[in-house]
Amino acid sequence: MRVELVKRPQHSKLFSALSPLIALALTLLCGAAIFAALGKNPAEGLYFYFIDPLREVWSLHELAVKAGPLILIAVGLSVCYLSNNWNIGAEGQFIIGAIAGASLPVLLPDFQSPVVLPLMLIFGMLGGAAYASIPAFLKTRFGTNEILTSLMLVYVAQLFLDWLVRGPWRDPAGNNFPLTRRFHPDAVLPEIMPTSGSAHWGIVFALVAAVVVWFLVSRTIKGFEVRVLGASPRAGRFAGFSGKRMVFFAFLLSGALAGLAGISEVSGAIGYLQPVISPGYGFTAIIVAFLGRLNPLGIVAAGFVLALTYLGGEAAQISLGMSDKVARVFQGMLLFFVLGCDTLIHYRVRFAGRGDSMAEAR
Amino acid sequence: MSQVSAEGDPALLETRKLTKVFGAVTACDAIDLRIARGEIHALLGENGAGKSTLVKMLFGSLEPTAGEVLWKGTPTRIASPAEARRLGIGMVFQHFSLFEALTAAQNIALALPDRTPIATIAERARTLSTGYGLPLDPQSLVADLSVGERQRIEIIRCLLQEPELIILDEPTSVLTPQEADRLFETLLRLRGEGKSILYISHRLDEVKRICDAATVLRHGKVVAHCDPRDETAGSLARMMVGTEVHAIRRSDAPLLTGGEALLEINQLSRPPATPFAIPLRNVDLQVRAGEIVGIAGVAGNGQSELFEALSGETLQPDAAAIRIGGRDAGQLTISERRLLGSAFVPEERLGHGAAPRLRLSENLLLSRHRTDRNAFLGRLGIVFSGAIQLASQRITKSMDVRKSAADPEAAALSGGNLQKFIIGRELDRQPSVLVVNQPTWGVDAGAAARIRQALIELARNGSAVLVISQDLDELFEIADAIAVMHDGRLSAPLPRSEATFEAIGLLMGGAEPGHAGRAGEAA
Amino acid sequence: MLFESVLITIATAATPLLLAAIGELVVERSGVLNLGVEGMMVMGAVCGFGAAALTGSPWLGVLAAVAAGSLFSLLFGFLTLSIATNQVATGLSLTLLGLGLSSMIGEAFVGSAGTKLPTLAAGLGAVPVVGPPLQNLLTNLAELPLIGRFLFGQDPIFYISILLVVGVAWFLFRTRAGLTLRSVGDNHASAHALGINVLGIRYLAVMFGGACAGLAGGHLSLVYTPQWVENMTAGRGWIALALVVFASWRPLRVLAGAYLFGAVTIGQLHAQAMGFGIPSQLLSAMPYLATILVLVLISRNRRLTLMNTPASLGQPFVPDR
Repeated sequence: MRVELVKRPQHSKLFSALSPLIALALTLLCGAAIFAALGKNPAEGLYFYFIDPLREVWSLHELAVKAGPLILIAVGLSVCYLSNNWNIGAEGQFIIGAIAGASLPVLLPDFQSPVVLPLMLIFGMLGGAAYASIPAFLKTRFGTNEILTSLMLVYVAQLFLDWLVRGPWRDPAGNNFPLTRRFHPDAVLPEIMPTSGSAHWGIVFALVAAVVVWFLVSRTIKGFEVRVLGASPRAGRFAGFSGKRMVFFAFLLSGALAGLAGISEVSGAIGYLQPVISPGYGFTAIIVAFLGRLNPLGIVAAGFVLALTYLGGEAAQISLGMSDKVARVFQGMLLFFVLGCDTLIHYRVRFAGRGDSMAEAR
Repeated sequence: MSQVSAEGDPALLETRKLTKVFGAVTACDAIDLRIARGEIHALLGENGAGKSTLVKMLFGSLEPTAGEVLWKGTPTRIASPAEARRLGIGMVFQHFSLFEALTAAQNIALALPDRTPIATIAERARTLSTGYGLPLDPQSLVADLSVGERQRIEIIRCLLQEPELIILDEPTSVLTPQEADRLFETLLRLRGEGKSILYISHRLDEVKRICDAATVLRHGKVVAHCDPRDETAGSLARMMVGTEVHAIRRSDAPLLTGGEALLEINQLSRPPATPFAIPLRNVDLQVRAGEIVGIAGVAGNGQSELFEALSGETLQPDAAAIRIGGRDAGQLTISERRLLGSAFVPEERLGHGAAPRLRLSENLLLSRHRTDRNAFLGRLGIVFSGAIQLASQRITKSMDVRKSAADPEAAALSGGNLQKFIIGRELDRQPSVLVVNQPTWGVDAGAAARIRQALIELARNGSAVLVISQDLDELFEIADAIAVMHDGRLSAPLPRSEATFEAIGLLMGGAEPGHAGRAGEAA
Repeated sequence: MLFESVLITIATAATPLLLAAIGELVVERSGVLNLGVEGMMVMGAVCGFGAAALTGSPWLGVLAAVAAGSLFSLLFGFLTLSIATNQVATGLSLTLLGLGLSSMIGEAFVGSAGTKLPTLAAGLGAVPVVGPPLQNLLTNLAELPLIGRFLFGQDPIFYISILLVVGVAWFLFRTRAGLTLRSVGDNHASAHALGINVLGIRYLAVMFGGACAGLAGGHLSLVYTPQWVENMTAGRGWIALALVVFASWRPLRVLAGAYLFGAVTIGQLHAQAMGFGIPSQLLSAMPYLATILVLVLISRNRRLTLMNTPASLGQPFVPDR
């Protein structure tokens, strides 16, 4: 038996909408199989992963805390991927954004004023954008592969943060723990509804960014430029668009959003810098971007789904004694299935045995 | 409908009701074809008539949906090209199936059985190629060879397999008239050796000249079996197209002489952009208001490079090397050149002139978002989708673009219809300068006539039109003067009244301009 | 002595890079870009370690690592080849899935003692009859000054890696099958028209790449540091990808590149040990910064890159039938 692909004359609207859902369903199916293989009741496992975290208000807040950075980063990445710029270093841009924003409360703890927080957010965006400009510059100037450079810079950023919090930025009063001093109240991103849970303004930034970028990509000439240069670079040049400027636009935008996510996370959820500030948001956001079919509004939904796997991992660990690593397996599988199902949008798939491959041609 | 000859001798190859269906399209519909031994059999048809699909089935690279193939009278399933070669069927592809990073000998070896050492193959290729007067260095890298030399590799590769049937797909479309003559000699000699040839072409004079029999396809069906020597070019054309092809209307009224030079190229040079590109060398040309200047040449002699330089996709260090409407344009971007009134139609439709996965209305925006900014864009660069859809409907109507949906993706259109849309998109602006590369490449006769007519009308309304084309018939039909591009150099233009096929063909083959009459002075 | 032990540590650091890169080189020569090297490598590492821990045999561990890598690469093969997904995104997802899956599988092995793969000489000693004399011979040769132990006293995977480089170079440039593989990477449409089985060849290449990456992972968890640590590949799969570009798709240059990177890694470790007052994090970042640097240096020469890049690299191929 072999798989044959028959190109559709037009892309299928039906499968554009259905493919993320099919992918989710397949992931749940495989997830159930994994639970069974680990000796757990599949129904119970899926319940703790995908239903239990949604039952309580504080837990919904947690969901928003996790979804915020995922959506912010993925929205930026969608512009990159639509324009065929493979930024996979958002994790690094997230970290550098966090460091840049945190520099204010850490280095100038006495500068306390209502302008501190807005300045921190701006610094965060500038930091992320500056860090993303390195692979963009190397790509445009030397033709260096941006996938590899942006990824290498993630490791560098992680080591840089590690050095800062163990070295020059370590809290002198912190008993030698590798932490910076705790941010003063003016430097903390407030919670939206402090009485009911911990969700901070990061999720609002994410939703605003999603709407703005959605509008930009789908309704304006800039978005047209992004899509044309991504899908047919030569046609883009024929249109008078500059591929190099687009590299910078995409990297700077996604870097700024990742940086904003980074500073929002440390200022809203953590409150200080520590050696590890992200459970892999920058990489999980890649999955979010594809699950959302690179559409910012789809990404909002996808961001909540992936945030759920983080919470579900914790819930299943507590309730079933199951490794929280299963969550990462879920995330990886999900991306696989999303990519596989996207084939259905442009191709009809048929399975043909030897000899009878002409049986069904339509 | 299959014919058996009087002696009952089976044909070398015969197809019965051979059919191929792609999705909703029947590319070949119950094709009957019969090729006798020692005959050159023409397969005639327009672009899109199903010729390529048919030969791919004969060569085993496509699987038939229905029908059968008889090889020497025996029903045979040709499952793969290897199978076809084992039977004795060889193929010379139109878009060569060569590997640029490999040598000629390696290219040949890839199609031959595994055991022969490459050195032996190289030696045999060298002997065979000299024998047929098609000299070839087996050690040369394909990337460094001209189109004609590449075709030689294809032919030698095919002959080394000692086929009984040779399929040639549009072999002369990339050759100069003189190179084509040499090819015909080779083919006649092969026929003399008892081999059969299936010759695919839409050039009727060639078919009349060398073919013994012809099968004509139209819309995937056989419309006639005939002896081309008994037909006229006109009657063959009618069979192919189905209706009378309208001759292009052009007034023979002399040009508005001394019209203003709207497009000027002055000593334009350009180093090769990639290791395999052609440099441009001191190109000079003027195109005046009201005239069409044609640039002939074999593909890959710098035409694409010239087009990119003219359009502004690559900029010139010297701003005066290109002047549009009397303004230095060498340093201007393509958008700025469009704002000066020029318009451009590249050779590649999908991926260059149009983005395949964008709708027609979006593809309209592709080349007109700057020139028609006020009509199509609002504040913050918001795209008025109503306005671009309306404009795109206007164009599809005026150019008679046939489409399956109101606003389909560009990739869903046939080549001819998409080309009509792309040309219409530019004409809709009434540009004062139009540069078009291969306007009717791979386009059916009806669409080609429509496009050529539109180009003539544009020029007669006072625009300067530069047409780069490999199709000499086309240039002689519409151009007022013809220049020839060879190895990055451009000859001085010959007025159409003075140009002959022979003179242009010699220049295309790289003859010194002095041989071709008065073309020598300006270069 | 110092010279010799430095040489050997460099070889140990270079071998996993070399294995992963030579496998990926074959994959890319066939026109496929598999960014999942890191994922296949880490799967090889965890499966190799696990099999060795469960059976007590590091040899079975090596086999398991190879099998895990090539089976895991089949996932990528199915998606990109059979259903023509985007190779970049699919490779990324292979890496993400591999990192997740390996940490799940490996949770049981965290902290458990590893079994180190013996040297080739010791391994041969266990073979009946012919083994002991060979072991004697190698042990004696390893006594040679300066390079004795480097040449004759190392683990079997080191020798495999060198043999693979030579073998791949011979295969690609001296055999008809290698020519066919290169032709597929140069122009898949032409190859298909000639009747070459493009997808079949690419499947084999992808699985070979997976097996090599798996073996590289096995080397990490059975030789380099015989234990399992989550994400223990630490970006080596990505560095291997960069090495292929750096080597402009030539096997012998991959060898040179891998040992260069091995030297950088060992150099920074020694520098950390000696102190110098340079932050250890900066030294740890050296391999990553060096990767960026060599990528920049090699891509500055655009002509070289253009001439050597397989022309079909990364482009999906869907045969029409």
